Amino acid sequence: MTITQSYLNNLMASVGYFAPEIAIVVTFIVAILFDLMFKKSKNIAAYISIIGLIITGFILSGNIGISKSLFDGLIVVDPYSTFFKFLFLITTILIMVMSLSYKELYDNNRKVGEYYSMLVGITFGMFLLASAVNLITIYLSIEILSLSSYVLAGYTKEIRRASEASLKYVIYGSLSSGIMVYGMSLLYGATMTLDVAKINVAILSGHVELFPIIIGGLMILVGFGYKMSAVPFHYWTPDVYEGAPITITSYLSVASKAAGFAVFIRFFKDLYLLPATSDINIWNTISNFHWQTIVAVLSVLTMTVGNFVALWQENVKRLLAYSSIAHAGYILMAVVVMTNVGITSILLYFVFYMIMNLGAFFVAQLFANKIGSDDLKDYIGLGYRSPVLAVLMTVFLISLTGLPPTAGFIGKFYIFTAVLDKGFVWLAVIGVLNSVVSLFYYAKIFRNMFLRSVADDTKNNFKFSAPAFPLSIAYVLAFATILFGLYFSPILNWAENSVTMFK
Amino acid sequence: MFTFLGLGPLTWITFLPILGMIIILLIPSGEDDLAKAKSQNLYRWITVGVTFIQLVISIFLVLNFNLKFAGVNDPNSMQFVERANWIYLSGLPLLGNLKIQYFIGIDGISAPMVLLTTIVSFLATFASWNIKKSAKGYFSMYLLLVTGMMGVFVALDFFLFYVFWELMLLPMYFLIGIWGGANKEYAAIKFFLYTLFGSVFMLLVMIALYFAVGSFNMFDMMDFAKYSHSSILYGMGSNWRLIAFAALFVGFAIKVPSVPFHTWLPDAHVEAPTPISVILAGVLLKMGTYGMLRIAWPMFPDAVMYFQNWIAVIGLVSIVYGALCALGQFKFGKRDFKKLIAYSSVSHMGYVVLGMASMTTEGMVGAIFQMFNHGTITAMLFMIVGVIYDRAHTRGLDDFGGLANKMPVYTGIMTIAFFGAIGLPGLSGFVSEAMVFLGTFKTYPIYAMIAGSGIILGASYMLWALQKVFFGKLPERWSGPWDPTHKIYKTDDVNLVEKVALVPLVIIIIYLGINPNAMIGLMSNSVNHLIEFVKLSGQVAHL
Repeated sequence: MTITQSYLNNLMASVGYFAPEIAIVVTFIVAILFDLMFKKSKNIAAYISIIGLIITGFILSGNIGISKSLFDGLIVVDPYSTFFKFLFLITTILIMVMSLSYKELYDNNRKVGEYYSMLVGITFGMFLLASAVNLITIYLSIEILSLSSYVLAGYTKEIRRASEASLKYVIYGSLSSGIMVYGMSLLYGATMTLDVAKINVAILSGHVELFPIIIGGLMILVGFGYKMSAVPFHYWTPDVYEGAPITITSYLSVASKAAGFAVFIRFFKDLYLLPATSDINIWNTISNFHWQTIVAVLSVLTMTVGNFVALWQENVKRLLAYSSIAHAGYILMAVVVMTNVGITSILLYFVFYMIMNLGAFFVAQLFANKIGSDDLKDYIGLGYRSPVLAVLMTVFLISLTGLPPTAGFIGKFYIFTAVLDKGFVWLAVIGVLNSVVSLFYYAKIFRNMFLRSVADDTKNNFKFSAPAFPLSIAYVLAFATILFGLYFSPILNWAENSVTMFK
Repeated sequence: MFTFLGLGPLTWITFLPILGMIIILLIPSGEDDLAKAKSQNLYRWITVGVTFIQLVISIFLVLNFNLKFAGVNDPNSMQFVERANWIYLSGLPLLGNLKIQYFIGIDGISAPMVLLTTIVSFLATFASWNIKKSAKGYFSMYLLLVTGMMGVFVALDFFLFYVFWELMLLPMYFLIGIWGGANKEYAAIKFFLYTLFGSVFMLLVMIALYFAVGSFNMFDMMDFAKYSHSSILYGMGSNWRLIAFAALFVGFAIKVPSVPFHTWLPDAHVEAPTPISVILAGVLLKMGTYGMLRIAWPMFPDAVMYFQNWIAVIGLVSIVYGALCALGQFKFGKRDFKKLIAYSSVSHMGYVVLGMASMTTEGMVGAIFQMFNHGTITAMLFMIVGVIYDRAHTRGLDDFGGLANKMPVYTGIMTIAFFGAIGLPGLSGFVSEAMVFLGTFKTYPIYAMIAGSGIILGASYMLWALQKVFFGKLPERWSGPWDPTHKIYKTDDVNLVEKVALVPLVIIIIYLGINPNAMIGLMSNSVNHLIEFVKLSGQVAHL
């Protein structure tokens, strides 16, 4: 068999498993084309994208339980990546649905076709990223993800802060991906391979120079840390989150962060894995270099800085931005232990985090539609002006704090379980203290909504609610938040079965 | 066992308020004033109805309570048990078997608390009678709070316990924060943060215990044979066990609250509306001491024996310091009536902690009895403040004087409550405090003597307050009718609603003063068993 033939065979065998990604690309193209053809119906791209992604979901469900390497080891399909792909799909569909009712986006008779197709593009990048096991694929998919994000962050371009956000995002993003690609080149130079698994083999053989591998790993960590918005790579987060359209903010805070974590965990797990996969020594491939400590420090920094800076925020979007940094810190706690239990708890956390964080941002968006502001001081008295939305918001905030009976509590509970399981008592203590701190700023939002009220005679005292459709979405999210706080077995089962990575 | 619709009495007593809350939320609050008043009335009566049914169920429970069964660490002698698998995952590859049960039941320790909760929450609805500001929100939060409290007292699964424990934080925050006084925001968030701070450590200990025994069942956690050898909590008297106990104890002590964790209480009490102060003092504080008895003591007997002296000191300091603070209100404070009673709460809950630390039957029985008595007496004291506040819109002790002529019934009720709080023989407070002293004297005679000063201090501030309010000259501004905005009151003295709230408590205080065995009999078997168990397994560790 010639090389070409074996290559073709591999290609043919792989394409079937690649169908979800292909479906996304088709959706992307069809959405753009239809948007150009039917200029009169504004939302045609949105509807096509949503339908396309739902179809993708059905195709993706064919990949459940499959563990396979595709395209000569460029990407893999395994339960771990499939889990994240479902997460991305659900998030994207929810975001699209939420965007349909976003006033700022539809202001000024803006064309929104590209907005939705760009979201599809991001989804494609994230799909690849969750599957990537090759340095080139990792880099390319991060770039696909990033480039679309830059555009979307500044989509409402006549709003000054949106353009500023986009620009800042580009600058920070290109810097960090530059550092990352340099790190990758170091890894390649030291081991002469781009395949993560082969780099692992090379390290274990003991014949490679370890110094460039450590430096390279650190540099790649910068790139991932940027996507996860881990401190100290978080500087872009508050500005971008505050400036970007709120739908994009919530999208970045959930999906993009999840994608960062997905590749981070897989990369480091694959790269530094010992052959006899004993859970304990996962970080100790390179002796005398304590990756675990580095990630632990990262985690403590991320949650502490995120929480403490959030205390002083006066803008709800910005506050939620810092809160999302803090949540990255909680998740990093479980990365520190890097056991299967830890990864399960991360997967679980992301499902719950998606629900509650999207919910909080969504209600903030519905508020912004009516009161035209995200300032904390404009939230005063909202509990009386719009009781239903305010109560829903409170549910999400309580869940973000991590109080039972909400999903957020279960998520945190599992993370602490994973951390204590490996005896990191100090880390768990810092984690729980951080959630006490976080209560203070989340409480600021519902304090303003309920504990303070505006005078009856001001003109800003009209009562309002949201239209039925967005409201029902918010209801569903709030219901899920409480339901998963009381009964989470299916999600846990799903997460448990999804920690398997292709090796 | 009696069931209704397939659910036992404890499930009903716990979740009935949630049902009431849902009904209240479904009733629209009305557009015009007439409809608003109508639905407000409806909310009120639904709450009264729900809490009344709870009261009936709890009386039914107490009447059918088998006094011979001890409970504590023996699942088979718990009563009215209901058990179902809640989150039950087996065969998980990673986390092992996750066993979280819906497991509730009562024994001699929790039965008095269940009764107390229903009494106080039923009577406090009457103290809520003139809540006008968003009554819908108020009564639904109120009912949610009641569920949280009740759940804590019946839960036998640590996870379930924790969920209920945290469940009552949020309604409490809103109840203080929305319907409270001038400085309500500060008081509400302080309460929230303090309690959460305590409970997150409880969460960590809970997870550690779960790793040790593989389930959240409290009885497994009390059975040291079930502890896995790899757990950090394995091995009696180990450092980790001491740390874990200390973390639990701090979590509960914040709730009690014991000095030095008490500073949230005066703020919360002063700002909270009357019924919430009543609930706070009457039931919520007991959750802390109950948690110690239910969880900290039997799960860490070795640590209890190790820290026994320190726990007693904490109780002692609370007694004396709380009383001094209350007394200091006259000299240094703003002479706020509510703050005085808040500090007296700190002092009186100190007796509970001291009695529990004594590890004697008398002390422990006295402690639980004191929990019940403090619940009824202090609930009454806060209602009394509420009565006067509703009329005068001030709580400054200096603003009053000579009310005895104007409000004779009120004076009589208040005198009984104050004497109950001081510990006058013939009233319930005397019996429990005397028992605490008896028990403490056996273990720590010196402490008992020092604690005796608490009684004297208590008598001085209570009598002082009584004198300030009732005797002397009636200030000019109260000589006319009370504030005209309260037209609904027929007389200036306590009205019917207030009588309904206060008189049952008077009866309970007097009845238990004369016949304390009615309550002591309920708990003595369990208490004896608890002491025996803790001493036995605690001392083995120290041999």
